[in-house]
Amino acid sequence: MSTPTVDLVDFDDAIARFDPVIGLEVHVELGTRTKMFCPAEVSFGAAPNSEVTPVSLGLPGALPVVNGTAVEYAIRIGLALNCSIAETCRFARKNYFYPDNPKNFQTSQYDEPIAYDGYLDVELEDGSTFRVEIERAHMEEDAGKNTHVGGSGGRIHGAEYSLVDYNRAGIPLVEIVTRPITGAGERAPEVARAYVQTLRDIFRALGVSEARMERGNVRADVNLSLRATPDSPLGTRTETKNVNSFRSIERAVRYEVSRQAAVLDAGGSVVQETRHWHEDSSTTSPGRPKSDAEDYRYFPEPDLAPVSPSREWVEEIRASLPEMPVARRRRLQGEWELSDPEMRDVVNAGAVDLIEATIAAGTSSAGARKWWMGELARTAKTQEIELGDLAVTPGQIAELQALVDSGRINDKIARQVLEGVLAGEGDPEQVVEARGLEVVSDDGPLLEAIDSALAAQPDIAEKIRGGNLGPVGAIIGAVMKATRGQADAARVRELVLERVAP
Amino acid sequence: MSTISRDEVARVAELARIELRPDEIDKLTGDLGVIVESIAQVSEVATDDVPATSHPLPIDNVFRADVPQPALPVEDVLAGAPASEDGKFLVPQILGEE
Amino acid sequence: MTSDVTRLSAAAQAALLRTSEISSVELTRAHLDRISAVEPAVNAFLHVSEPEALAQAAAVDARRAAGEELHELAGVPIAVKDIVVTKGIPTTAASKILEGWVPPYDATIVERIKGAGLPILGKTNLDEFAMGSSTEHSAYGDTRNPWDLDRIPGGSGGGSAAAVAAFEAPLAVGTDTGGSIRQPASVTGTVGVKPTYGAVSRYGLIAMASSLDQAGPVTRTVLDSALLQEVLGGYDPRDSTSIPEALPSPVAAARRGALGDLSGLRVGVVKELSGEGYQAGVRASFEASLDLLRAAGAEVVEVSCPSFGYALGAYYLIMPSEASSNLAKFDGMRFGLRVEPSEGPVTAERVMSATRGAGFGDEVKRRVVLGTYALSAGYYDAYYGSAQKVRTLVQRDFDAAFGVADVLVSPTTPTTAFKLGEKLDDPLAMYLNDVATIPANLAGIPGLSLPSGLSDDGLPVGFQILAPAKADDRLYLVGAALEAALENGWGAPLLAQAPELEVAR
Repeated sequence: MSTPTVDLVDFDDAIARFDPVIGLEVHVELGTRTKMFCPAEVSFGAAPNSEVTPVSLGLPGALPVVNGTAVEYAIRIGLALNCSIAETCRFARKNYFYPDNPKNFQTSQYDEPIAYDGYLDVELEDGSTFRVEIERAHMEEDAGKNTHVGGSGGRIHGAEYSLVDYNRAGIPLVEIVTRPITGAGERAPEVARAYVQTLRDIFRALGVSEARMERGNVRADVNLSLRATPDSPLGTRTETKNVNSFRSIERAVRYEVSRQAAVLDAGGSVVQETRHWHEDSSTTSPGRPKSDAEDYRYFPEPDLAPVSPSREWVEEIRASLPEMPVARRRRLQGEWELSDPEMRDVVNAGAVDLIEATIAAGTSSAGARKWWMGELARTAKTQEIELGDLAVTPGQIAELQALVDSGRINDKIARQVLEGVLAGEGDPEQVVEARGLEVVSDDGPLLEAIDSALAAQPDIAEKIRGGNLGPVGAIIGAVMKATRGQADAARVRELVLERVAP
Repeated sequence: MSTISRDEVARVAELARIELRPDEIDKLTGDLGVIVESIAQVSEVATDDVPATSHPLPIDNVFRADVPQPALPVEDVLAGAPASEDGKFLVPQILGEE
Repeated sequence: MTSDVTRLSAAAQAALLRTSEISSVELTRAHLDRISAVEPAVNAFLHVSEPEALAQAAAVDARRAAGEELHELAGVPIAVKDIVVTKGIPTTAASKILEGWVPPYDATIVERIKGAGLPILGKTNLDEFAMGSSTEHSAYGDTRNPWDLDRIPGGSGGGSAAAVAAFEAPLAVGTDTGGSIRQPASVTGTVGVKPTYGAVSRYGLIAMASSLDQAGPVTRTVLDSALLQEVLGGYDPRDSTSIPEALPSPVAAARRGALGDLSGLRVGVVKELSGEGYQAGVRASFEASLDLLRAAGAEVVEVSCPSFGYALGAYYLIMPSEASSNLAKFDGMRFGLRVEPSEGPVTAERVMSATRGAGFGDEVKRRVVLGTYALSAGYYDAYYGSAQKVRTLVQRDFDAAFGVADVLVSPTTPTTAFKLGEKLDDPLAMYLNDVATIPANLAGIPGLSLPSGLSDDGLPVGFQILAPAKADDRLYLVGAALEAALENGWGAPLLAQAPELEVAR
């Protein structure tokens, strides 16, 4: 089935003439041990339908019971997003029929979210901050997983049947909804991406989720509409689903801006619909128009008691929150005495945690930065991998620098040692041993080498004695060569001058 | 509150995923019309100053510890399934998008 | 002797078991024989689990022989309404959509029954998914009232009540959402109790209306109900609406009540439920019982609960709405019936619709469509939302009434058992059977029905007692006192006056 050609306006052109308004709905899977409403264990990669109870399978007679840890995690998220936490809230049933939905209703929260009216300050690449207003964060449960069989490429259209695995059904989710995000202009794509990335960092810092987008722990739906100017009323928005990476979020925003601009330029109207993001073509396509127009018939869940977090409990949780990533970065920047651009470089390189850990292992901040932002950054780039994926740990870097600091090796040797560590030869100490890279500390061999060098050029000694210290470097160089670099240049210099002295 | 129309009944039956024959829709429209008329009067006393009660007894904060319990054996899970394959429930092709 | 033993109360049967005059296997066998004998006439059971029951009976006999301390009712057999999930035993909710479904787990109350050592005789008939007041909406045929086989046994729990009234079981479990335990008790001359909402676990009850459903005892005497309530009730962490604290002992209250002294007790007659439009014989029986209560020392006062006029309307909004959502899971995807559309593409959506169209009976379809309508966009505030407000008003009226009375009373139902088929074409008329029982479900308070005598048509009349939430013990106190006084007058339990059923050979 061929897709009709879609008109697109160049993004920069579109953004010059239209004002984009974006909205993001992010779902995060909480990393609790059990599901939201039943005690089935949650693990990755379990055999199909091996992690269901009568409750998560939706069997007749089963009843839900709320996972208290999930509630705590939801409150943590709400607090980290500067939200108010509800004095009391109820769950609600969202009724719709779909085979991955074992009860044919989802237990969620409707007009009583556990957290609401918050904001998140998002740092952009140029160092500026953009505030995203958050409307609400609420608790709900995940659905099972359909696998389509038959038909073309396993997609829904033309499939012969589907296979359903309910292991995921009932996993706790928190859904975070922004208010319409205005004023981003041409930075809308970046704001969208940075917002979701910042959320991801927060989830990890809070310990509420592994938050791996590629595993579906974090899912984002991207809403976008265009209007002529910031003073115009809001345009019709589309919602794009299946956006599975940070880059895709940015691209999806760009694409929809281009597409919607073309529609409006042609005098048409944007259709309010849900669209599907296609990773391979970097495009969106319309989903099936909904016939029921989403009449979910929400009503308060009668099987569950209201959740009324006491103010004491909320304050307890607030007090126990770990430092948030942005605040932490500011603190570290101060401790490391870096300028804004310098810190930004560190952040962009993904080196913050690594440097911090190296310092914790005993290295100076300058020393840690030197390695991670220098040699290691270059190596990662060459290998086309992330800094954190290099085969060396902060502890090993600390050990390496300690060897240099103690004089047992010099900087140049250190790079060889590092090569050895990256190649899997072991810890720095082991590599030094195995390769015999330790700097010669015994004067004997040094003196031998010095004497050889002096003997090879008899008039150099004269010159040095005469006050010309230039050639000393040549002697040192010769000694270094002779010792394969494993000499402390400063000590050699001392010895040369001693030797040459009358 | 006017009584329920035939079109309304057909629409609601679709929403509830219940296939009805035309004569069933007719009968249901008649039955429901009478019922709806008699229950509509509840809105008379349901004034703004009266709060709604969704739970008969005032209980709140009922939580469970995040401790796993044994899951149903997979054979039991699939035992009642009309159709299954590879340990999963086999369902007919799904047209609607979520 | 074994044929007589089925006529005894459960407590009396239990006494025989304790003194080893009979074994549980013999007792269970006697009931299984009775079931075979009268089922062709009564049709109370959907499934008789003979091998399981006898095995359970043998196990209890062994426990007793080993000297284990057992519950008072241990070894006394019981029937369970087929809306309660029983592992390994077919559970159908009297619907085609669950024909042959065998659950992989037991309801909490079934675990308790098994733990106490009560052999389960089988599953009893009901209106499909507990929707009805006559058991005529079962997909598996009518159950007949043992007092007159052309009449309804009440509903939705007609099977349990008929089984107990016909001496097929000394004990049964029912569920009550709008009167489904109390109304059948009333028309069959038996005792039925709806406990305080949350007193008995709902885990494993196929849900109809989650905020109204409650399982409870169906028996022939007030003491038997108290003993069974003790087995069934108690906190269950798997039910979020379960009451955490223990409630006062129903058995102690029943025994105290049987002594007959009700001095100091204030009995409130609810004006709105006291008999306007009720059958004359029903009202007469009710009044006579009030006299007995007075004679026992109680003070009878009149109370008014004006919101009760709206209770039926509120109930028929809340219940179908919740039920429409609870029944959505029956779609042919994971269990139960699956029906493919006879023509056109076989898609999940169409299979769901075809399955539910074929698998649900008329009354279920009526209520699911009504409930879906009441919740749908644009109607919520006027319907479901308003009904929840009426609920508040009903609770307030009860609170006020219990300020001047310790218990409230009324006839359980406006009429005695009507004939099969009489009200099938008039759903509204059918719903009116529940007008006296519904308010208790809306408020969550407990209610009990016991037989107060026969009407002028020779059919049983029920007397309803209501108590404040968590004060279930008062039901048993007053019920036992009234029962003692009544049986004193009759010289025997009311059921002794029931016609002998024709026994199949």
